[in-house]
Amino acid sequence: MTVILCESEFSPYAELDAYQQGENAGRYGATAVFVGTMRDLNLGDEVAQMTLEHYPGMTERRLEQIVLEAQARWDLLDALVIHRVGAIKPGEAIVLVAVWTRHRGEAFAACRYIIEELKHTAPFWKKETIKDGERWVESNT
Amino acid sequence: MTIRVRYFASLREKMGRIEDTLVAEDIATVGDVWRVVSTGQPLPEQLLCAVNMEYAEASAPVKDGDEVAFFPPVTGGAE
Repeated sequence: MTVILCESEFSPYAELDAYQQGENAGRYGATAVFVGTMRDLNLGDEVAQMTLEHYPGMTERRLEQIVLEAQARWDLLDALVIHRVGAIKPGEAIVLVAVWTRHRGEAFAACRYIIEELKHTAPFWKKETIKDGERWVESNT
Repeated sequence: MTIRVRYFASLREKMGRIEDTLVAEDIATVGDVWRVVSTGQPLPEQLLCAVNMEYAEASAPVKDGDEVAFFPPVTGGAE
């Protein structure tokens, strides 16, 4: 199980490919993957850039707890969570959640659980740069 | 006792500082910490709190050396 906060652009697909060559290769039958990507439009405005603020220490701890909660509920062989922090441009990946299990039902359920818990409880705050300046986006958009 | 108090995102900007070091004896809970740093304001309902990097309620106890954080709702996102 691996949780990474990343300050620069990353390729979720390259990370995924490298990670699953590890010790669980051959043991899993299902991989479920979620990739969240930055959009160039939000609340009707063009967004040039966003900055993700986090709480160093607490954010990592919360992400690790979420993965452990998923592990307690489903038979996870492995999980990888990578999340960007700092300045992000449209089209760049923000988050990767990948889980490896024996069968697909557990993979879908655990992947969904991790991304939903992350969205609702992990301390990240989004500030968007739009034409008229900057704004915090704090409600569920 | 001494409490490190940290602020994040829009609250950090509103407070005009990233943290405070609180030295006081009459503090028992997270809510007490907020009253001191906000000079008597009630804790806004939507504000979230953490003690030593774990979510906590306003009624949660604090002790010497704790780190208390206040911050706005986390980013979320539509399903």
